[in-house]
Amino acid sequence: MREMGAKALRLGIPLSVHLDLTYRCNERCVHCYLDHDDHGEMTLAEITALLDQLAEAGVFFLILSGGEIFLRPDLFTIVEHARKLSFSVKLKTNAVMIRRTKAERLAALGVDSVQVSVYSHRAEVHDSITKLPGSFRRTVEGIRLLRENGIRVSIANVLMKGNAGDHRDVRAFAASLGADCTVDPTITPMMDGSRSVLDLNIDAQALRDLMRDPTLVGDVDAYCAPPAGPLADQDALETLPCSAGHTACYISPYGDVYPCVQFPLPCGNVRRAPFQEIWRDSPQFKDVRSITVHDLNGCSTCVHGGSCSRCPGARVHGGRHARPVTPGLREIVRAHGGGFAQPAPEEGSRCTARSCRPSRVARRRIEIPGFLAEPGALKLRIAAIS
Amino acid sequence: MSGKRFVARSTRVAARMIGDETMIMSGADSSLFSLNATASVLWHAADGVTPIAAIVEREICSRFDVDPDVAMRDAIELIDALASHGILQVADAPFAATDVAAEGKR
Repeated sequence: MREMGAKALRLGIPLSVHLDLTYRCNERCVHCYLDHDDHGEMTLAEITALLDQLAEAGVFFLILSGGEIFLRPDLFTIVEHARKLSFSVKLKTNAVMIRRTKAERLAALGVDSVQVSVYSHRAEVHDSITKLPGSFRRTVEGIRLLRENGIRVSIANVLMKGNAGDHRDVRAFAASLGADCTVDPTITPMMDGSRSVLDLNIDAQALRDLMRDPTLVGDVDAYCAPPAGPLADQDALETLPCSAGHTACYISPYGDVYPCVQFPLPCGNVRRAPFQEIWRDSPQFKDVRSITVHDLNGCSTCVHGGSCSRCPGARVHGGRHARPVTPGLREIVRAHGGGFAQPAPEEGSRCTARSCRPSRVARRRIEIPGFLAEPGALKLRIAAIS
Repeated sequence: MSGKRFVARSTRVAARMIGDETMIMSGADSSLFSLNATASVLWHAADGVTPIAAIVEREICSRFDVDPDVAMRDAIELIDALASHGILQVADAPFAATDVAAEGKR
């Protein structure tokens, strides 16, 4: 996968696109950053035409999200079109509206996986966060139906003050449902720049405890051990902060294109220009692509600079620069660093910045034995990576 | 395996050309496969209605300087490998149009 990502980067291919189909939602989660009113979502015709463009641009991974995607009556037509175009389709939903027929249709369409938000293994805690009575029961029922139909399910467990202590039980609950589980302690500011929801963030001590939970990070000593050397090495500083704008981007229900869902820098609108033109030529994307770890003040002088994954978009999203425009972007990112302001990491600890998340990539490469033909012969060789 | 058989791209996979390679994700277990340029030719030609022998002759022998027997052996080996992962289907008769992934050379 890493090799494909590197190749896509070299070729300027947007390997992954996150497309929000709607911001409307049947839940009112306390930490949600969205405005749920419909301000003119793309029509079915606009979306299918966009998917054609994305396939032409080389997009492989397509994440369809919202809002709640099942509020769009044309969702299955969209997914069917996406699968005809051979995207790897991942859906994000609260699963409240999934019933047997829907689960069967998703299975028949061959979606790769479905990510479902579950905030707690306790119904009352989950429902208090979604503000939808009965949502826990319906979400779990939806997950069960997806699993019964052989669909991979990943539970997204966003942590905040009200559920910070539940992640171990949520992971156990996910396992009992045959689902994966990811824990995310990140609450982002609202799209209008309001930072009020940030009060829900777990405190620094809870975040440190999370990063030292062996059930999450494995060998805590190894995970938290500082890299050698006083500073990140030069090569690491020349690397890119993340894939946003390089091999990935985000498209809103209104056609606005951004480097990432957490990077509120409008780069164009697919209602006014072809996607490829925006992706290739927009000054904003070019600006984003010029940012390296070197530009992240704080990160560039941190011993973890070479190994920590950081989020320049999250910093821009921080409120004071909720609507940044180039050419100031680079300066904004440089001035405010790559992560949210948090206590400086202790000696020998892993950075606790909000945007620094545990990231573990397991990769196994399989060569099909004897497949390489003799020298000079046709080399129909495949490499399998899982 | 006979060259008279037919091969079709599975409808359960995701696939895309990345440069001159084809990236394929198995629908069964999300394994990722990367086909090189020559293997990609065969993948794209697996339309479910053209016999393997015809694919090798038209799409491979005509493009690459290769002995036809070696090309056929390599092609069958590749097809076996891809079929074992469920990303290609093999049959004695042509496939119906609905059984073949629409993915072309995107």
